[in-house]
Amino acid sequence: MTQLQPYSVEELQQKAKTLRRHIIRMIAASQSGHPGGSLSAVEIITSLYFNILRHDPENPQWLDRDRFILSKGHAAPVLYAALAECGYFHVDELLTLRKMGSRMQGHCDIGTTPGIEMSTGPLGQGLSFGIGCALAARLDKRDYRIYVLLGDGELDEGQVWEAAMAAAHFKLDNLVAIVDRNNIQLDGWTHDIMETEPLAQKWRAFGWRVSDIAGHDIPQLLTALEQAKTIKGKPTMLIARTVKGKGVSFMENKAEFHGKAPTPEQAVQALKELE
Amino acid sequence: MAAEAAMRETYGKTLVELGKSNPDIVVLDADLSSSTQTKFFAKEFPERFFNCGIAEQNMMGIAAGLAASGKTAFASTFAVFASSRCFDQVRMSIAQPHLNVKIVATHGGVTVGEDGASHQAIEDLSLMCALPGFTVIVPADAVETEQVIRYAASTLGPFYIRLPRLKSAVLYDKNYRFDLEKAVTMRDGRDVTIIAMGLMVERALKAADTLSGEGVDARVLNMHTLKPLDEDSIMKAAKEAGAILTVEEHVRQGGLGSRVATVVAESTPVPMSFVNIEDCFSSSGQPEELLAKHGLTAENIAKEAKALVKKKR
Repeated sequence: MTQLQPYSVEELQQKAKTLRRHIIRMIAASQSGHPGGSLSAVEIITSLYFNILRHDPENPQWLDRDRFILSKGHAAPVLYAALAECGYFHVDELLTLRKMGSRMQGHCDIGTTPGIEMSTGPLGQGLSFGIGCALAARLDKRDYRIYVLLGDGELDEGQVWEAAMAAAHFKLDNLVAIVDRNNIQLDGWTHDIMETEPLAQKWRAFGWRVSDIAGHDIPQLLTALEQAKTIKGKPTMLIARTVKGKGVSFMENKAEFHGKAPTPEQAVQALKELE
Repeated sequence: MAAEAAMRETYGKTLVELGKSNPDIVVLDADLSSSTQTKFFAKEFPERFFNCGIAEQNMMGIAAGLAASGKTAFASTFAVFASSRCFDQVRMSIAQPHLNVKIVATHGGVTVGEDGASHQAIEDLSLMCALPGFTVIVPADAVETEQVIRYAASTLGPFYIRLPRLKSAVLYDKNYRFDLEKAVTMRDGRDVTIIAMGLMVERALKAADTLSGEGVDARVLNMHTLKPLDEDSIMKAAKEAGAILTVEEHVRQGGLGSRVATVVAESTPVPMSFVNIEDCFSSSGQPEELLAKHGLTAENIAKEAKALVKKKR
């Protein structure tokens, strides 16, 4: 089986830019989708898929693969872009996003897209699923690891905290959760809609090992993700501080681009910025 | 008096047997293992039992993750929590990805009794039948329960199995063979067919005895599986008996009555009537008192059947 070679930081940064361009093109082509939270998660996804995860695009069902679950399923474009760049399917297929007959639904779907581990969209459900995967790995004495990416608005969902309790209770050190802390949810700033701070203290109090990191800084992400592999007896939470809409000037920190496609003119402008 | 047995106890003990032969069976509960009877499995296989605390939404998600990783996950709690409390999790994390999770929901229906309306699942079957790909079963006795649990364990895909709190009459002997696709003709008859499920099968049989004494020849079907529905038995009953009465410990909307009526209306229109919980929540009371309140008794079934026979052309 062909395992991907780890990329250098420079290559990863280049990859991140490529993913951003895919995201803009895809959402512009479908004229619907969620650019803001896709762009904020680019470095997190890039670090995972091109360096950290043990996976094989030619064998998506490989039993010993690491599992990645995009709990914030509306950020599907960034994941589709990464999967395509890894070779799970051809990059040309990305432009079918959200269209009739496409293998890329608006939100992640386990049955249709190669490489997608779980259907997600209704928020708050991915971490519970990840716990199930982590428990199974432990029962089967397999060393694959489970990574779950959550949105910060998603933390409003009560199920997330049920799962937070359970993962620590079951001492799941093969489980890593990452929060894409971009501070914006659909209706506005998270601290206006529903205050979730102090985030790090909350997760620590729930029994997790917590790192607060810069979520667009690839070396920091890699270090934190590598460190998580060495932690015993508890799950790891990475609070990745990001910027919603990162990389496109008129989308950065704008709640309106949570779920709105750029116009054709805006897409041209965005792609120019991402050259 | 026929022998009685508790279906949920049979469930708990069957899980242990399955656990011995299949290392991939895992069981989850939400702080009700002494009631759902998953406690037997917990004692025998503690490493494969996960008590999730009082957090049904999380439990269903964990069950989904285990199932996606190759396990056969049984998740149990009371029917009222297993269905509506975590419906979105069941829909999105289990039904949509069509994962191998068996939701075995105990304490279904009004026969929960004294706990009252809050704890009586009367709409759970409607919810579960609405989910694409779910198999929905309501066993009628302990013998059938064991076979249903074994069938579910050996069949891929999501299941919802509803069991009652009460002990109930044993209707079958050891020669009984559960067939998912086939309703069981408990007794044959040509004047009217009574279609029942769960605890109502025993009562339908008693009603048929009464009717027989009054010159009405009633067929009784145990429609153990609501989904997929045995349409052939329903059409045959409609053709041969010319009238159908359904009996269920559930509201009419989306349950046995409305599912049977859809088949009848489309294929073989004949007069029908329905014994079910009307559009209301119930209350505290002893199980038999509550069944009487909602007309779920042999006497009322017989009365409704007689009235229905008069409507035949």
